[in-house]
Amino acid sequence: MNEEVRLMKGNEAIAHAAIRYGCDGYFGYPITPQSEVLETLEAEMPWETTGMVVLQAESEVASINMVYGGAATGKAVMTSSSSPGISLMQEGISYLAASELPALIVNVQRGGPGLGTIHPGQSDYFQSTKGGGHGDYHLIVLAPSSVQEMADFVALGFDLAFKYRTPSLILSDGVIGQMMEKVVLPPFRPRRTEEEIRQQCPWALTGKKGRGRNVVTSLELDSAIMEKNNERFQRTYREIEKNEVRYETHHTDDAEYFIVAFGSMARICLKAVEEARAEGIRVGLIRPITLWPFPYDEILRITEGSKGILVAELNAGQMIEDVRLAVHDQVPTAHFGRMGGIVPNPLEVLEALKTNFVK
Amino acid sequence: MKEEIIIAGFGGQGVLSMGKILAYAGLMNDLEVSWIPSYGPEQRGGTANVTVIISDKAISSPIVDLYDTAVILNQQSLDKFESHVKPGGLLIYDPYSIQRKPTRTDINIVPVDAMDATIALGNAKGYNMILLGALLKLKPIVTIDNVLKGLKKALPERHHHLIPANEEAIRTGMGLVK
Repeated sequence: MNEEVRLMKGNEAIAHAAIRYGCDGYFGYPITPQSEVLETLEAEMPWETTGMVVLQAESEVASINMVYGGAATGKAVMTSSSSPGISLMQEGISYLAASELPALIVNVQRGGPGLGTIHPGQSDYFQSTKGGGHGDYHLIVLAPSSVQEMADFVALGFDLAFKYRTPSLILSDGVIGQMMEKVVLPPFRPRRTEEEIRQQCPWALTGKKGRGRNVVTSLELDSAIMEKNNERFQRTYREIEKNEVRYETHHTDDAEYFIVAFGSMARICLKAVEEARAEGIRVGLIRPITLWPFPYDEILRITEGSKGILVAELNAGQMIEDVRLAVHDQVPTAHFGRMGGIVPNPLEVLEALKTNFVK
Repeated sequence: MKEEIIIAGFGGQGVLSMGKILAYAGLMNDLEVSWIPSYGPEQRGGTANVTVIISDKAISSPIVDLYDTAVILNQQSLDKFESHVKPGGLLIYDPYSIQRKPTRTDINIVPVDAMDATIALGNAKGYNMILLGALLKLKPIVTIDNVLKGLKKALPERHHHLIPANEEAIRTGMGLVK
């Protein structure tokens, strides 16, 4: 309770939380609607306090490869961008995953495809959860729905990335990035010392004095070894699926209908749920917090025997595929989505619920 | 208590800062707040708007369809938002830039001659604070003390010498409505 309550944008919260986490380096390139991340870091000048490097790279491709280089040395490094910029980074992200490197990537989504719009979207769900880059890999995908979670997920994202040696992605959007809300920032942690990095990351490129050579690479031309590598990645993913599923429920205990939504859309849907309840419609909200690993079993258990699930997203229907997998199509599902940067209001969601299910 | 407010006008009229100061004042009053700038295609016409929600309970959606209060600074915004004021709600507008007046009869419509007052005050940058003063007189959601504290938080320190001028503008605005 001693921590000061502050008012700031989600993007600003990301920057402050990174400094406080003891992040070693940020490499990024400006793009709306996430530019305040880099702007805030530059205004805070953490290189003069914690020693954190903040670098505006020449492009997103350069940024993600700087992240790769920093991560290979065991440093806590990150980048942030918005949808088209994240697309440019996909090769580097696949390399990070294949090299088993921890890193934090932040996507403050805008409406796509292509250069699209500067306004909010959630149409990078497939890209984030199903690959994006090439090869059999997953990112740990965290979907914040408040400015507080923007701050909190920086530490969570880094911690999970280091625990499993795999990159984490914060999948936010233009609403959460641009809105101001109350936030309590996490306490300051010192950056890890070189000695701590050597102890905690024995795989890292820290100079081979006193030990054998470490190699960080995604290349393995011996297919037998490359398959073994893949099997190891998959074992890690099964571990993550077992341990790290996160979700939240509202008003689900007596619900006949459900809405499943993530990020900013979950906030809009929570109000739709409140308005529906005021009309006597028993609807509950399930908000996946980790989009990968996805709460398949939990959604199945919670919605079993219910009359219908509305999946609401700022896209044409992406997470709904995972919801349908979760319930094995045993519960009727319908999708409500707006695209291209349009953000609906709670009444539109309520209308969609009524049109589809509450006859 | 929950107040859902839309402030809408042209970019440069101080719409976003007015919302920001209101949000900071809500923070000082120990209330829940959300502030979200215009995020629809309407922004492309040069209009800017911001939704501010101040509540004593957690705020679910920062985006709403209907508002308790609308503060309207130009014709486009009036055309867009008049129908989005809740029945019994409040619509404040500056007649200076309005050709077609609001027509609803189920809401409280208060014209505030903020542009004239700004000219009389000789402080062009006080325009938005005059409207904020009028709003707070009609709906004392936050205290003036907390608005001033909010100003201190919202403004960088190099602008703190402008706070007395802002206070004067807020009090002028309060004097414009009964």
